[in-house]
Amino acid sequence: MLHIINRSPLSDTALESCLNTATGGDVLLIEDAVYAATTGNAYEGKLRAAMGKFKISVLRPDLEARGLADKLIEGAAFVDYAGFVELVAANKTCQSWL
Amino acid sequence: MSSIEVGGKSYETDEEGYLVDLAEWTPEVGSYLAQTEGIEMTEQHWEVINFLREYFEEYQIAPAVRVLTKAIGKKLGADKGTSEYLYGLFPYGPGKQACKIAGLPKPTGCI
Amino acid sequence: MSDIKKFMFVNRKAPYGTIYALESLEVVLITAAFDQDVSLVFTDDGVYQLKKGQQTKGIETKNFSPAYRALEDYDVEKLYVDQESMQARGLAVEDFLVNVTVLSRAEMGALMDEQDVILSF
Repeated sequence: MLHIINRSPLSDTALESCLNTATGGDVLLIEDAVYAATTGNAYEGKLRAAMGKFKISVLRPDLEARGLADKLIEGAAFVDYAGFVELVAANKTCQSWL
Repeated sequence: MSSIEVGGKSYETDEEGYLVDLAEWTPEVGSYLAQTEGIEMTEQHWEVINFLREYFEEYQIAPAVRVLTKAIGKKLGADKGTSEYLYGLFPYGPGKQACKIAGLPKPTGCI
Repeated sequence: MSDIKKFMFVNRKAPYGTIYALESLEVVLITAAFDQDVSLVFTDDGVYQLKKGQQTKGIETKNFSPAYRALEDYDVEKLYVDQESMQARGLAVEDFLVNVTVLSRAEMGALMDEQDVILSF
């Protein structure tokens, strides 16, 4: 399953709930959720810990817009809009954690 | 949406006559917009227009009149950094008229 | 000049994900015309608003971050960043596109107590 998160982990519990609830699969961070995958942020440890269970992808244009494209944490992968579509197509189900 | 035609090319404007896409602006378009405002462009007018375009390029906002006046004074000399001078060039408001001619959106913080 | 009031704008949201950051900036630029004593606070995700190097072409949204550098022209010179928020996001003052004063939570709270009007975004 593909899980899509669009809220900052430091101001919303969407990512936290997703990582605590879902059993695994793809996690795609978009919009303000991309902050979760930047080095030195307070949620970094939790995201790293989840990497065994989830494959973490980050929408590159959203991280670039926020001036943090050079701070992507190791183990997370950039995707562009085409990659976003591929992730959706590759997964049987898709959940947006609003 | 309205549009204007300059040199055989059509440019989109909003309902108040401001250019929609500032990237489309050319000095010819500026001259045309000045005409619609009833302004005959001189070197002094262009100085202000060019300053506005540079300011927008740098900060992505059209400066309020007060800010424009101060900044013009710094850049072009104290005698030009007065509202008398700028209103002399653009009688209906340097913010409104000059921004329109420069192809910028309406000034932020202009009351 | 007893009619000068202390205005504080509290920014707690990241840019682009919601409209708050841009709206706050516009209100600040407009109210600057009233010659009041204006302070801007960036706390929680609001500190992200000041991050250098924002490139919004890919999301087809206007990059409004250069306008923070114009605040000086509008005589808005009191910019405060909450230290805890900054550090929790792996950021340092060098990451910001304007000069700011970094305050502890206690100092920030005290500064809020001094205000006449607080607008929160």
